[in-house]
Amino acid sequence: MAKISVDGIEYDVNPENNLLQECLSQGLDLPYFCWHPCMGSVGACRQCAVKQYRNEEDKKGTIVMACMTPASDGSIISINDQQATDFRSHVIESLMISHPHDCPVCEEGGECHLQDMTQMSGHNYRRYDFKKVTHRNQNLGPFIGHEMNRCIACYRCVRFYNDYAGGEDLAALGSHHHVYFGRHEEGVLENEFSGNLAEVCPTGVFTDKTFSAHYTRKWDLQTAPSICAGCGVGCNTAPGERYGTLRRVVNRYHHDINGYFICDRGRFGYDANSSKQRVGKALYRHGQEAEFKPLSSLEAKRQFAAMTGGDVIGIGSPRATLESNIALRDRVGVENFYAGFSDAQFDCLQEVLKSLREPGLYCPDVRQIERSDCVLVVNEDITNTSARLALAIRQAGRNAATDLANEARIPLWQDAAVRELAQNTRSPLIIVSPQGSRLDDVASATHLLQLDNQIHLLQAVAHAIDPDALKPTASNEVDEALSSSIAAQLCQAKNPCLVSGISAESPALVKACVNVAKALRAYRKHNSAEQNPVALCFAMPEANSLGMALLLETGGKPLRAALQRLASGSADAAIVMENDLSLRTSQTALAEAMAGGVPLIVMDQLHNRFNEQAQLLLPSSSVFEQHGTWINYEGRAQSSYQVFRPSEDILASYERLSALDPMQECGVSSELIMQEFARANDAFSALTQLRPPRVGISASLKSPRQSHRFSGRTAMHAQDHVHESQQEQDRASALAFSMEGVMLQKDSSLMASPWSPAWNSNQSISKFQQEINGELQQGSKGELLCVRQSTETAYDAISAKRDEKLTCFIISQLFGSDEISANAPAIQARSLGPYACIGQELALACGIRQHGLVDITTQTGRVQLPVIIRRQIAPNCIGIYPANEVDKYALLLGEITLQAVPDEDSHIASSRAMFDHLLIKDALAREA
Amino acid sequence: MFRLIKDTLGSQCVTLWRVFMHAFAKTDTVEYPDVQPQMAARWRGRIILSRDPDGEERCVACNLCAVACPVDCIALQKAEDEEGRWYPEFFRINFSRCIMCGFCEEACPTNAIQLTPDFEMAEYVRQDMVWEKEDLLINGTGKYHDYNFYRIAGKKIAGKDKGEARNEEAPVNVRSLLP
Repeated sequence: MAKISVDGIEYDVNPENNLLQECLSQGLDLPYFCWHPCMGSVGACRQCAVKQYRNEEDKKGTIVMACMTPASDGSIISINDQQATDFRSHVIESLMISHPHDCPVCEEGGECHLQDMTQMSGHNYRRYDFKKVTHRNQNLGPFIGHEMNRCIACYRCVRFYNDYAGGEDLAALGSHHHVYFGRHEEGVLENEFSGNLAEVCPTGVFTDKTFSAHYTRKWDLQTAPSICAGCGVGCNTAPGERYGTLRRVVNRYHHDINGYFICDRGRFGYDANSSKQRVGKALYRHGQEAEFKPLSSLEAKRQFAAMTGGDVIGIGSPRATLESNIALRDRVGVENFYAGFSDAQFDCLQEVLKSLREPGLYCPDVRQIERSDCVLVVNEDITNTSARLALAIRQAGRNAATDLANEARIPLWQDAAVRELAQNTRSPLIIVSPQGSRLDDVASATHLLQLDNQIHLLQAVAHAIDPDALKPTASNEVDEALSSSIAAQLCQAKNPCLVSGISAESPALVKACVNVAKALRAYRKHNSAEQNPVALCFAMPEANSLGMALLLETGGKPLRAALQRLASGSADAAIVMENDLSLRTSQTALAEAMAGGVPLIVMDQLHNRFNEQAQLLLPSSSVFEQHGTWINYEGRAQSSYQVFRPSEDILASYERLSALDPMQECGVSSELIMQEFARANDAFSALTQLRPPRVGISASLKSPRQSHRFSGRTAMHAQDHVHESQQEQDRASALAFSMEGVMLQKDSSLMASPWSPAWNSNQSISKFQQEINGELQQGSKGELLCVRQSTETAYDAISAKRDEKLTCFIISQLFGSDEISANAPAIQARSLGPYACIGQELALACGIRQHGLVDITTQTGRVQLPVIIRRQIAPNCIGIYPANEVDKYALLLGEITLQAVPDEDSHIASSRAMFDHLLIKDALAREA
Repeated sequence: MFRLIKDTLGSQCVTLWRVFMHAFAKTDTVEYPDVQPQMAARWRGRIILSRDPDGEERCVACNLCAVACPVDCIALQKAEDEEGRWYPEFFRINFSRCIMCGFCEEACPTNAIQLTPDFEMAEYVRQDMVWEKEDLLINGTGKYHDYNFYRIAGKKIAGKDKGEARNEEAPVNVRSLLP
């Protein structure tokens, strides 16, 4: 701790940080633009000028940039000094010289850092009479709008997009006052994190295009804290609603998980909520009728009660809330409750849960991954399955730079200096995968192997680290050299981190990863000074995959048992909750099950192939329309809150399932379901801590979902009825559907939209952090449900055999693989149809041409897909992107035969147009 | 004593005389509605939405009137045409709530929303006091004749390209390195 004096008041600060960061940490108002807590300082904007004095006697002082000056012990500075104040107001005046006077038609208006800082610096009237510099905009694709005239050249966009997120297609172009931030030519911004530009840009150059299409000012949005349901990372989000539809999703700061950034699936996938595919009304089909008939909400409740009277099967879902799964199990009984994911995933998740309870290992949160100095990614295409983890892995590469900077005694916030020093020095990132990935540019090595060989390699690595681990049979010299080099890098690291996933649906792979972690644990116990646990995490495909696995531990059976019962017809009805079973098992298995003739009740948000077969289709709420609990890949339970009430036809699944009386308004609240469940199951007892206690003052004083500036209250529904209806009541949470109540700053887990006087933009989050980029002041960060046991388990035996026969692996895409977000129009514009992906040798052997069609036949299935030939793909491997259309489970079994389909120019042209959107840099040229 | 009489009786007589003289004074009340009163231009009455000198809607749906409104009686939704011009998809004022305070007019950055001297807004049915954009929009500039927001703001719209707003240079050629 160091002591600094700011305007005569002493503060205890961290001397490793700069003055700007420490002033903000102390809650002082000091304007800034180019500095960002995650990106350090470059001193580009000159806005954070303060006066620094040499000592007590120095009355004159010098103006310094706070962001470029260390907060060293004994510093004496002044923010309010007249000269410093004048300096800042002149700087902002010159930054505003070419600003286009268009705040009323700017999407950033009202939450604009530039507006806030201009106010704070005291610049009011334009004195500059000469001409403004103007720029032409670019069309940057379906996500991001561009209005270059508003730019103040702070360089934050390129520093985030290129330096932080690893993008390559945004640059500072031009020179002097003509500098331009954009692409070399018009086109889609490729990076998976481009949406963050809207939040990183302090003004309105980069804005959310989907939000602009149904724009509402920040103060008019009704917001509630939510959790992204796009994958298993559990990023915190703040969705906003106006006039009954969802308008946007922005990042909500969580210190351990998403920090300041979320991926584009999470940010732009929200529009599926109001898509054409949405199930809006209950639909019923009598007997063998072809057409659905809509039911009123009351009829739907009656019909549901009538159909679920007898012996009912319930199939849960990893994309539904924990409450809904609990309510379903309570309704149908434990013996009738089945898992909502494939059997292979079921087995994988059992292994993952074991690893989460293994002592001496830990599951790193996103921030801990960032601190890791050697990362091994196995099989998972992490950018496309859990993108936020990929961003963290990218940052982990910078730890080598951190070490260099520490040696050279350069403070870490000196961003440009640290990057200059490090050049291309990176911490090791080893990728073992069947195909090249988006992280290859920062990887120290990418080993392209098919799944069986990966498992074999991992076994060899485990053996190389700890000889007690079983040596795999039949390894050759290449393998040994490779495995010992990987082992050496992992052993040298202080914080090695293993990242894999379950998208390959291979329990053996999970076991092999755990074995490597166990070997590292053993190695570090005997040979290393580092005694801290080993980081091991598995990316989860869906928001509640792990939640469902945990729930199944307290009772429930795998999906195959349900399909068998359905096929034999030994049930009166089956409830399938928020689950497209056609994505969980092969079409033949599903058709057999459906042939059993058990009446099918499906609850879902969106129409899909599967729920068209239902007899009763009930609309259920999305994550934005209900309270819920989600368990992420670490086993961290987090609460999401209802943002707005959907129409009365749409109910949360748990509301429908827990209401036994059809006449009842709605079922039991999610909070009650959760409390009862937590009390009954010790493993879930931490869930009672999750939501703020509602006793005493907080029971009656609610926290508003609407801002204190919320407008239009007496006019927004006046076209229907001029008499204002009562404000909706929320009895199930501590939030209110109004602007009444107190902004609960005492509980930041309830704070969706941070605001502080003079800080209207998202930068106001600094007012709620303990220190900049630190923990939020109060509130639940979520509860970790998996407790480490005390006894270590031995290595898992795996029959690892090398395999050279043709195998198939499944490709995931960030835009399209997730069932829900794939229906958002902006995501659809970026997603592809199904395709196959093969290597050059295989293509030559089978006579397949680039972008031609390939016919893939296995024992159980056959499909024709457009093909892309890549350099970066494991030999004898064919990757298939099913796009939720192709039956992937049919293709994974048995021998595969490939055959080229004779070229037709029309489909070559169409598949070529499709592949133009695919971000693969190593595809062969058309003629090759 | 004399002073007391002068202060009380005298003053009462003067008052009586003045009241009596009012019987012959010119009347202030008029025979409304046969005679229409003369309203000052700055009178805060019925709210209108005006058009700019080019005849286009002035309102850009910035929402500042709505947020300034103390009784929250303005609701609107932004829409955008193909060329980038913002306009309100709907614009609704609930006059049964409006208190004619004029804050909306003060807040408006484009002089679109204006209060007019018309006060004849009584209705038999309260629902009829909800006015939509079609009811509010007039075919003129209202009180402020010259202001045209889009001619000043640097956003491109139909008929006004980048660099054609007031005080703007032609768009930069990024590929040029000349000063």
